[in-house]
Amino acid sequence: MIGLAFSLESPSPERTQDLGRRLGSLLGPGDLVALVGPLGAGKTCLAQGVLSGLGVAGPAPSPSFVLIREHRGRLPAYHFDAFRLEGPQDLQDLGYEEYFYGPGVVLVEWADRVAELLPPDHLWVELELLPERERARRVTFSARGPRSQRILEELKRICW
Amino acid sequence: MTRSRPSLPLAPPSPRLIQWVWRPDPRLWRVPGGSPILGRGVTATAVRILGIETSCDETAAAVVEDGRRILSDVVASQTDLHARYGGVVPELASRRHLECILPVVQEALSRAGLGLAGLDGVAVTYGPGLVGALLVGVSFAKGLAEARGLPLVGVNHLEAHIYANFLEDARAEGGGSADAGAAVPRPGGRDGGACFSSDAWPCVALVVSGGHADLVYVEGHGRLELLGRTRDDAAGEAFDKSARAMGLGYPGGPEVDRLAARGDASQVPLPRAFLEEGSLDFSFSGLKTAVLVYLDRCRRRGREPPLADLCAGLQQAVVDVLVEKAFAAARARRVRRILLAGGVAANRGLRAAFGQRARREGVEVFIPPARLCTDNAAMVACAGYYRLERGVRAEASLDAVADLGLGSDPYHRLEG
Repeated sequence: MIGLAFSLESPSPERTQDLGRRLGSLLGPGDLVALVGPLGAGKTCLAQGVLSGLGVAGPAPSPSFVLIREHRGRLPAYHFDAFRLEGPQDLQDLGYEEYFYGPGVVLVEWADRVAELLPPDHLWVELELLPERERARRVTFSARGPRSQRILEELKRICW
Repeated sequence: MTRSRPSLPLAPPSPRLIQWVWRPDPRLWRVPGGSPILGRGVTATAVRILGIETSCDETAAAVVEDGRRILSDVVASQTDLHARYGGVVPELASRRHLECILPVVQEALSRAGLGLAGLDGVAVTYGPGLVGALLVGVSFAKGLAEARGLPLVGVNHLEAHIYANFLEDARAEGGGSADAGAAVPRPGGRDGGACFSSDAWPCVALVVSGGHADLVYVEGHGRLELLGRTRDDAAGEAFDKSARAMGLGYPGGPEVDRLAARGDASQVPLPRAFLEEGSLDFSFSGLKTAVLVYLDRCRRRGREPPLADLCAGLQQAVVDVLVEKAFAAARARRVRRILLAGGVAANRGLRAAFGQRARREGVEVFIPPARLCTDNAAMVACAGYYRLERGVRAEASLDAVADLGLGSDPYHRLEG
């Protein structure tokens, strides 16, 4: 099910992070945010904002190499990166169910590579580079279920 | 992933626990009445530790004597396997580790000319890394140590990289070859290849690899403090991801290094992120984006990107920041020695830049030979040796810790 979707332009990485922070403040146990976009689109940047919005203190470096980083904020937060995964079968070996269906918030970068394994209700976020505007990005949010629909309605309200 | 103890069709059990070769070495055993590893009343000098490393790409085993002499150092590289996928595939990695671990350990023992009875202890990487991969090494090491009654210790992978500086490069070929690192001052050395020693603490260590860009203050064995780390991409990640964008192979680091050698960095100026005044943290994600923007601009103008110049610019930008922060850390902590470690320390541009700056500032810089910079088990055996010597022992419950931090030491106790 695809529900509400909306798109906005972020002029800078700082604003992208701020957008993430607002989103992070709205998330609850079991929510999953799928981050999609090419290299350098700002997935990690947005994820860092979300983690900060969840109250995670300290740096949240890219999980590309280690595949999963676990953080503690007001909720547990699991930052996945499928950049180096060949496909969903690789994610299974990481024991992803414990994270995806656990008590925390899950962020998945390069989620398009493991789309089959995402829970049905999740928030899909696409980031795009904009030609000739080095720092700006287009960010498109789509709700994939009732729970993410409510988050998105609230996000839209506080972003406009 | 199987957690069962592997069977060990190695050398038959023998009551001999240590090599009774009388070679007094007053440097090592100052404890009256015996060796801290072998126990009271045992005064043998040659202590051989088997190191096992399976935290990421490599299945590796090595035997190191007295924390210094490499008797054998075997690495079964999985890079060929991963090249097809452009990265580390955890499921494949775990399976390959399982397939490789026994032959790799056997090869390490046979090259060292030892049976299992010739070992005095086992050291294994227990984090940070991929849990599935780490578990292969940890389970194997636990089984082996228990079966043979050998002391066992877990080692932090990052800390192990730092200890590569303690190893004698027993098999150095031809005195440094064309490696720019040969120009780096190495104090008191034979063939310019002296290694670090315990007398040389404290120091600042820079660990740079695919997953890390960490600055560490090392006061002494087991006393490490994280001074700075990357806030986004690791140093090796900046190379790997930029290389991917340029269409170069995996791993990207060596390829960038190779191309950079014949490029001109001034042709492609790229940004350097120094962050706030006084910060010892790193940020490399902006650099990756700058490379992408540059490639995109070339494409739009319909011209072929000058890859050699771009690689040179990229390498220079990474190296400048690493050099600047490492020397700033040394100044802040008032130390005169810097240790480099991790796979990116094999980068020739980095080695040359550290060498030049070291001469200018009168600081000693230690860099392991390139093959000891990348993941290996000799560094694990070495770090394990010094931990065992301090009386650190793994608990029977030793487990893999994916996010093991520097300075935290779960599953271990201190023996008096």
